[in-house]
Amino acid sequence: MAQTRVRLQVNGEQHDLEVEPRLLLVHLLRDRLGLTGTHVGCDTSNCGACTVHLDGRAVKSCTVLAVQADGARVTTIEGLGSEEALHPMQDAFWANHGLQCGFCTPGMIMAATDLLRRNPNPSEDEVRHALEGNLCRCTGYHNIVKAVLDAARRGEERASAQPPPPPVEEPAAPVAPGVGA
Amino acid sequence: MSATETPTGTPAHPANGHVGRSLKRKEDPRLITGKGTYVDDVRLPGMLHAAFVRSPEAHAKITSIDTSAALEHPGVRAVLTGQDVQPAAPLPMVWVPPGVEVRTPEHWPLARDAVKHVGDPVAVVIADDKYAAVDAAELVAVDYEPLPVVTDPEKALEDGSPLVWEQFGTNESHRWALGGGDVKQAIEDAEVVVERRIVNHRTSGAPIEPRGTVADYRVGQLTVWSATQIPHLLRSILAGELQISEEKVRVIAPEVGGGFGAKLQHYGEELVVAWASRKLGRPVKYVETRSEHMMCTHHGRDQIDYVTFAGSRDGTITAIHAKIVADLGAYHHLLTPFIPSFSAFVMGGCYKVPNVQTDIVGVFTNKMSTDAIRGAGRPEATHLIEVMVDQFAAEIGMDPLEVRRKNFIPKEDFPAAVAVGIVYDSGDYDGALDKLLQNFDLDAFRREQEDARSRGRYLGVGFSTYMEICGVAPSRVVGPSGVGLQGGFWESAVVRVHPSGSVTVFTGTSPHGQGHETGFAQIVADRLGIDPAQVEVIHGDTGTGPYGLGTYGSRSLAVGGESIARSCAKVADKAKRLVAHLLEAAPEDIELAGGRFQVRGSPDKGMTLAEVAGAAYVPENIPEGMEPGLEETTFYDPENFVYPFGAHACVVEVDADTGRVEVVRYVSVDDCGPAINPMLIDGQVHGGIVHAIGQALYEQVHYDEDGQLVTGTFVDYALPTAAEVPSFETDRTETPSPVNSLGVK
Repeated sequence: MAQTRVRLQVNGEQHDLEVEPRLLLVHLLRDRLGLTGTHVGCDTSNCGACTVHLDGRAVKSCTVLAVQADGARVTTIEGLGSEEALHPMQDAFWANHGLQCGFCTPGMIMAATDLLRRNPNPSEDEVRHALEGNLCRCTGYHNIVKAVLDAARRGEERASAQPPPPPVEEPAAPVAPGVGA
Repeated sequence: MSATETPTGTPAHPANGHVGRSLKRKEDPRLITGKGTYVDDVRLPGMLHAAFVRSPEAHAKITSIDTSAALEHPGVRAVLTGQDVQPAAPLPMVWVPPGVEVRTPEHWPLARDAVKHVGDPVAVVIADDKYAAVDAAELVAVDYEPLPVVTDPEKALEDGSPLVWEQFGTNESHRWALGGGDVKQAIEDAEVVVERRIVNHRTSGAPIEPRGTVADYRVGQLTVWSATQIPHLLRSILAGELQISEEKVRVIAPEVGGGFGAKLQHYGEELVVAWASRKLGRPVKYVETRSEHMMCTHHGRDQIDYVTFAGSRDGTITAIHAKIVADLGAYHHLLTPFIPSFSAFVMGGCYKVPNVQTDIVGVFTNKMSTDAIRGAGRPEATHLIEVMVDQFAAEIGMDPLEVRRKNFIPKEDFPAAVAVGIVYDSGDYDGALDKLLQNFDLDAFRREQEDARSRGRYLGVGFSTYMEICGVAPSRVVGPSGVGLQGGFWESAVVRVHPSGSVTVFTGTSPHGQGHETGFAQIVADRLGIDPAQVEVIHGDTGTGPYGLGTYGSRSLAVGGESIARSCAKVADKAKRLVAHLLEAAPEDIELAGGRFQVRGSPDKGMTLAEVAGAAYVPENIPEGMEPGLEETTFYDPENFVYPFGAHACVVEVDADTGRVEVVRYVSVDDCGPAINPMLIDGQVHGGIVHAIGQALYEQVHYDEDGQLVTGTFVDYALPTAAEVPSFETDRTETPSPVNSLGVK
């Protein structure tokens, strides 16, 4: 099949790839770049296990063609934080037992960080509705919600101690249905 | 960060003890950073990809299969059909109940002459990448001659019904019964008889990680990575099917993304990819799509229950009779016909009922098999019992909680022999209900309910109590001459103290989210006087630890954890003998305190585990007859099951205009004995609650009359999301089990 060139930045690294036009972003990340922290749990964009950030916004990478990400910045769970320097959301999931089997977790964390970017101090109800696009079968969501609220609280504490971080640049229009859309 | 402590629970453990604390999980750092390795993350050099061709028909003869176009597709390395994949034996079903005939059709991994349900695999395409495999699978041309279909298990039992398996002359798989007392007489004699038909509909396990397998056959050695709850059993089964000597097969259950029973199975696809790898000399990967999961990963429940409760107007229940029509689907997978029997063991529930009888008829239909899904027969029994208690209470005009209390097996009766012939280990059903009501505050709720109704809002509360039979379990009860499962049900544990004093544990259990690495490490830490961070728990790899049975039936802690505790006791015993020898004391005077094996009364004289290990691995001075090294193995087969229990309350609001039901509050009290890690228990309870809410309000696997699956994706099969459920109020009571040294259930 004919190949198309895609240039994109993933977790701060520049990539220049030849791909089939039909290749999904999630398969580019997993199969071409070896970033297997982004998971696939369904084939109808319901489960959200594949959620990544595309130019700072959460999208379901099973619903984005790799060619649509040409020129974009992508952040996956691997780029969010490391074991040595966890992102506050990762740490909050750990502290609050917000995961069991861990399969939905990367997508859940990416969706949750996007929520706090848009709404740094959400109510429980807002957290629950914001995570509607991410399914978990293990936790009953209780501790996931607790973790997100905990991360928000920690963010608020940081914000009151420091000047706010610069806002993430918004794309002109969503390129695909995303959990934050 | 320090360990999180849950607000609930009853921490009555020594201040320096690790057991009983809500330690953060050892598993999590790799999972929250995307560094876990699930089956689909395994990539091997030269690896090929499999895509299955599946039947669109619910029942049909296969008249021809043309693979030529698929074989010509670029990147395709093989197309295999049922004629090509010829294992030494059909896929196994392991229940042979003594004295009962279970009609079991031959079940081949790829259909040979006919298909029996939508999704039945017919062929497999093996290609260089998954896109090519999926494309080529579309090119396999299969001609079907449709046959009559039956999907309703009650219609399937009627004369003249289409037959799923012509050779049996019936759709009845088997009949099986369990009971005690004289149900018939008790019903005849009763003041009150309540009869109901209760449907427990078909559900999907739906772990978020789909099933997947990678097989790599090279130089006579087969290595299989599979998303499974039973790696050792899978090794035995694959070795038999492929006629490879068992020691040459290694099965690895890597990170497994949830199971819920769906991965307590051997699926034909596991065999097919192993077969293809051996044939092609290349590793082969298959990961199902979610649509395939909904079609071809076994379903659960699907019982129609005809239940009779008999008793007297004072609230006493004297008899429970359940006739279960169990829809088994088309094939018998590993435990398919057995699962409804699990209902029969708990048909007495928490109640002192002298006459209890369950009569089961298993029925073939043109649907996917049913098998173990979360609770596997026991929640079905709990559901019908608790519904019936409420119905019985309504019939006699008594408070349903009072009916429960009146019939509870009293605390002082334990261990309690019940009508169906088993002995409940320990229990305090009143205690759990007391605590639930204390946390719930029923009076306050009634006021709120009244107030809401005056404003046109409809709130209601339902209560349920339960007990389960868990810790599966005693081989003499469950095994071939007992219930008839063809296997043992013990568990293994190796506790290996390294020369530096850190510990590796090998467990035969195989977790998929439960947190074994953390909970087991807490047990070891306390029993050997070290920190949980010094304990590594290895599981799910037949190439490392001893044979084990896996994780299902709430057995990992009660059987696997106890096995670890026993190995620790052996290690500690040897350590004490060695320390006594070195410090010139009597072994019985050595105690483990404050992380040291020390002489009782002389805390200045003692050794840490690291010092003991050093002396054991450099055995210059060890007692006569003592072997060097510090490692112990246990194979533990319990004397009895364990019987956890609890009481739950659920408040819902019903929209009187639309009928929409919203769960607004959920309060639970569960008793699984002394908590090893309260945080992990709460997590399990949360997941169970939502799984149950899912079945009650949102989830149902539905086939139409033609056997077409209507709920084939997550669009149609509605798993609850965070927005559909509230936060939960969980709590515990702790009634130790006498069955194991941990007291856990």
